[in-house]
Amino acid sequence: MQEMDRISTREAFGNAVLRLAEKNENVIAVAADTGKSMGFGDMAKKYPERVIDVGIAEQNMMTVAAGAASVGNLVFAASYAVFTCMRALEEVRTFIAYPNLNVKVAGGMAGLSGSIEGVTHQSLEDVSFMRSIPNMMVVVPADAASTEIIVEEVAKKYGPAYIRLGRYESPKVFDSSYKFSIGKANVLKESGKDAAIICNGVMVGRCIDAEKILAEKGYNVKLIEMPCVKPIDEQCIIEAAKQTGAIVTVEEHSIIGGLGSAVAEVVVQNCSVPMKFVGIKDVFTESGVQDKLLDIYGLSVEDIVAAVEDIVKRK
Amino acid sequence: MTCKNEELVRIAKTIRRDIIEMAYKAGGATHPGPALSCADIVTALYFKIMNVRPDEPDWADRDRLILSKGHASPAIYAALAEKGYFDKELFNTLRFPGSRLQGHPDMRKTPGVDMTSGSLGHGLSAGLGVSLALKLRKSPARVYVILGDGELDEGIVWEAAMSAPNFGADNLTAIVDYNHFQSGGCTDKIQCLEPLVDKWKAFGWRVYEANGHNMDDIINKLEMAKMSICKPTVIIAHTIKGKGASFMENNNAWHQKMPTEAQYLQALKELE
Repeated sequence: MQEMDRISTREAFGNAVLRLAEKNENVIAVAADTGKSMGFGDMAKKYPERVIDVGIAEQNMMTVAAGAASVGNLVFAASYAVFTCMRALEEVRTFIAYPNLNVKVAGGMAGLSGSIEGVTHQSLEDVSFMRSIPNMMVVVPADAASTEIIVEEVAKKYGPAYIRLGRYESPKVFDSSYKFSIGKANVLKESGKDAAIICNGVMVGRCIDAEKILAEKGYNVKLIEMPCVKPIDEQCIIEAAKQTGAIVTVEEHSIIGGLGSAVAEVVVQNCSVPMKFVGIKDVFTESGVQDKLLDIYGLSVEDIVAAVEDIVKRK
Repeated sequence: MTCKNEELVRIAKTIRRDIIEMAYKAGGATHPGPALSCADIVTALYFKIMNVRPDEPDWADRDRLILSKGHASPAIYAALAEKGYFDKELFNTLRFPGSRLQGHPDMRKTPGVDMTSGSLGHGLSAGLGVSLALKLRKSPARVYVILGDGELDEGIVWEAAMSAPNFGADNLTAIVDYNHFQSGGCTDKIQCLEPLVDKWKAFGWRVYEANGHNMDDIINKLEMAKMSICKPTVIIAHTIKGKGASFMENNNAWHQKMPTEAQYLQALKELE
């Protein structure tokens, strides 16, 4: 059993935004009633005039964010992923990404962390949507410590970005020594000759567990965290393909259009090797606690182990 | 009654001629009817009301104009060129690949365009964001948003309409170009907006009505809007779609259409 974070990634996001706001008076947060839930609570207490809450109106929120950014502000626009990336998708695309405005869009309750609320609040397509929009950076942090560092790094680069966040405390994987560079992978285990696992988000913890089981079974698997889905670290993917000859991607997202697709786009154009996608298989899920849903919908540690064993046979 | 703003009336005529030029020479059909409809409003804003610097398009404290009904882009392209933001030679490139003049306004390609727009309904929200950010910076700048009547069908307009008074966005002025037509036909039949004045009042706005083709009236109401405290202002401007070219007036066929040479020449003659 892995150690759990003390705070959720959305709270970690809010902490990072507050630190940025303390340093830069041009940092503004925009919310749609879920500001407190998305981690803006402390910032709203300290800088109430810089947290703009438009009520339950995500399209308005996103376009207000675009307008505020056009004046020269760094704007964080946050709500649940299903709303920021779906209800307000056109606003993100046409009014933030197209004019290349400095708005960082945060989507909370992403993946299956919408959990007990059911499909209306779960978001398994968001990375796919956001990744296909020109100018957009897409990041998927694994835990609270890495979220804080990733948010601060993403803020340093001008332009639109999507930050995918969860709802609950995640398995603790990293600490304050975590290093993040935009467009760079984070290799957790360099050696490997049988296969490479490329993962992100809440699945990183499960992949670490899976790698240990695989090692006990005699497999030597390279393990890569890919927090930055766009721009993606092509060099790292190509090296992993050449080094191991097989790749398994693992993500808390639909297997259509997410991390697996992004990796496959690099693999098939540069160094074709067999691949397997561990993710949600083009189905709507259901209400339930996140861990249980991950197990039910094909994202258990055993599923990852089985995917690696299967791909090794196909090499 | 004589017009106090004769020079503006003359400029508006030039703007209309340029709209016709673009309608005839663009890389595809433009929207001359919607552009002519708001030509007087655009003229009043750029040539009398707004504090802008054509030689410094990114001046931080400039007043902003967002053309929410972005398909009327030739109206602001004409005004921006007349102000000196760019050469009128660019008109001939409109809607052609490689042009700085896109089909709908693009803040990154066209000097003087303050916000990308044209996906209907979004201008007021964007204007609210600009307005709040300017207030945070203690800027004296004001924000003007020109809305089409048809786009008031969009839900996001009313999200913004509800929130702007809540934030006390008194530096924000919306102008509704109420010509009673939208792409598919008559607004009164497709999605009746009435009682439009009452709707905006109920949402907490200061509301004025104006004759959108009477320069004195437009200027007067825009000046009154500047004096608003705590509340945003909306001006319901009663207009005629296609105003200025007789055969285009109230003829929705000219919502988007390229004129023939004969129609082009006739419109220019009427606007001499």
